[in-house]
Amino acid sequence: MSEPLKRPRFWGSQAASGLALISPTALYAILLLAAPLAATLVYSVMTDGYLTIIPHFQLCNYIGECHSQLADGTQSRDGYLGAWSDPIVRTLMARSLLVSVLVTAATVLLAYPVAYFVSFNVEASKKSLWLFMITIPFWTSYVIRVFMWNVMISRTGVINSFLQGLHIITDPLQMSFTIQAMVITLAHAYAPFAILPIYVALEKIDRSLLEAGQDLGETRFATFLRVTLPLSMTGVIAAVLIVFIPTIGDYVTPNLIGGGKIPMIANMIEKQMLKADNRALGSAIAVSAMLVVGLVSVVFLALNRRYLKGQK
Amino acid sequence: MKIPVLRIYTIGYLLFLYCPIVILPIFAFNNSTAVAFPLQGFTSQWFVNVFHDAVLGHALKNSLLVAGSTAVLATFLGTLAARANTRYQFKAAGPLMGLIMLPMVLPEIIMAMALLVVLLSVGIPLSLFTIVLGHVLVCTPFAVAILTSAFQSLDKSLEEAAYDLGEGPFSTFRLIILPLVMPGIISAMLICFTISLDEFIVANFLGSGEPLLSTFIYGQLRFPKNVPNIMALGTILVGVSITLLALAEFFRRRGLARTGAKDTGGFL
Repeated sequence: MSEPLKRPRFWGSQAASGLALISPTALYAILLLAAPLAATLVYSVMTDGYLTIIPHFQLCNYIGECHSQLADGTQSRDGYLGAWSDPIVRTLMARSLLVSVLVTAATVLLAYPVAYFVSFNVEASKKSLWLFMITIPFWTSYVIRVFMWNVMISRTGVINSFLQGLHIITDPLQMSFTIQAMVITLAHAYAPFAILPIYVALEKIDRSLLEAGQDLGETRFATFLRVTLPLSMTGVIAAVLIVFIPTIGDYVTPNLIGGGKIPMIANMIEKQMLKADNRALGSAIAVSAMLVVGLVSVVFLALNRRYLKGQK
Repeated sequence: MKIPVLRIYTIGYLLFLYCPIVILPIFAFNNSTAVAFPLQGFTSQWFVNVFHDAVLGHALKNSLLVAGSTAVLATFLGTLAARANTRYQFKAAGPLMGLIMLPMVLPEIIMAMALLVVLLSVGIPLSLFTIVLGHVLVCTPFAVAILTSAFQSLDKSLEEAAYDLGEGPFSTFRLIILPLVMPGIISAMLICFTISLDEFIVANFLGSGEPLLSTFIYGQLRFPKNVPNIMALGTILVGVSITLLALAEFFRRRGLARTGAKDTGGFL
């Protein structure tokens, strides 16, 4: 790229100009995102002092038993278990992970045909209208959308009264307060996040490759399996990560759909941070949740690395 | 004739997506405090209640203030980042953009809690302002995504022509680039406004108890007798959201038409 002749070299080099321009946004993110996340990490290895954090390094917020430090400097008699040693935290973590995996699988599997349809079967001029239609529900109040699912699946809800009205069932189905209900609600909430990356990947596929596949005698389905699907895996992988990572920290759905009876890890983080005022343990649980998500994501990426090779 | 399986599936999927927001207005006009079938009759009572609720009016005012401030700030920060990332090549761009875009995938509860703990330990009291701080963090990645495509579709030769004709960098930005990306900026502001208006977790944890629309709604849902009012309020909100989105989409398309780029799809 040639620099125009009369261009005043006002801010100097490319790097300096770029850095200067991005610095307000970057500083904002460093101060209000990177620093708080780093603080969470530091807090998780400090001692809890009821409402304060005492800068005394230890790992008991993760493993073993911890004692909070009292105002007079002595240790509290009643200890608490670290995040990895506490069976309750372990149960909630396993449940959150299970819900996230189920939601991710459901969302991505249900979304793929939709992305495929919009990319391959819709006229070019109408594609953005379809995408717009798909994203609209996503932009409406999350709390209300989650609550509406409660209205749909409750004992006297839409689905039960519909099925009873048609005399398909006599007794209402028990759907509220179940993990399945949470999975449906979350799969609904994250739908566009799964559809859009897959759509983008499908759009990039050279259509002549598909014709070549069929010219060489493959059936349409075989062409899909051997050409389209592998080429769209980058989108599928992106969709998996973009659904899986935020889902594990969902807070509203366990409260509204689970009725508070099936808490997830986010509810535990809230409880420790606010109600129990144990910020050290709360931080340790938050860090552990991110570790679990990060680990699963890395394993998933490693399993799919052959699809990512040679791209980007 | 071939059965269009995929088309039927996709329409079915859209029905699934739209189910909650289609059912919402049905109950908003239903003359019963029980949110269940069969419907009892038509009433506009719930809407009347909504318009006479003083706390709700207060929450609305707070929400508009927060969403407005968030939209302006996040779009400003998003414009800078998107412009820097599309116009200049520099090593730090990758990691910095990664950090700026992180809130898009980071579980909100973790972000909100981390921010809360730091704000409290630094001694900043919770207020509407702290909610704005959090919302800007949440919204900036969306603004960056929209504005990156706006800046990418810019023809660089237009900018160079302005330099050749003797304009400086600031007047070039003001006279050439800004008008061309203006639709993108408006679109980003509308999207950020919508996100902030609907956002719950940050509003819940970083607020001082001052009601916002989302926290007000969440609180009311615990009382069954208030649920029909929320259905009415939700109907209004969904209407407003869809209007704002349609406007955002209109501006986004106009921006693409103005720069002569091909329309490649949605917001993200």
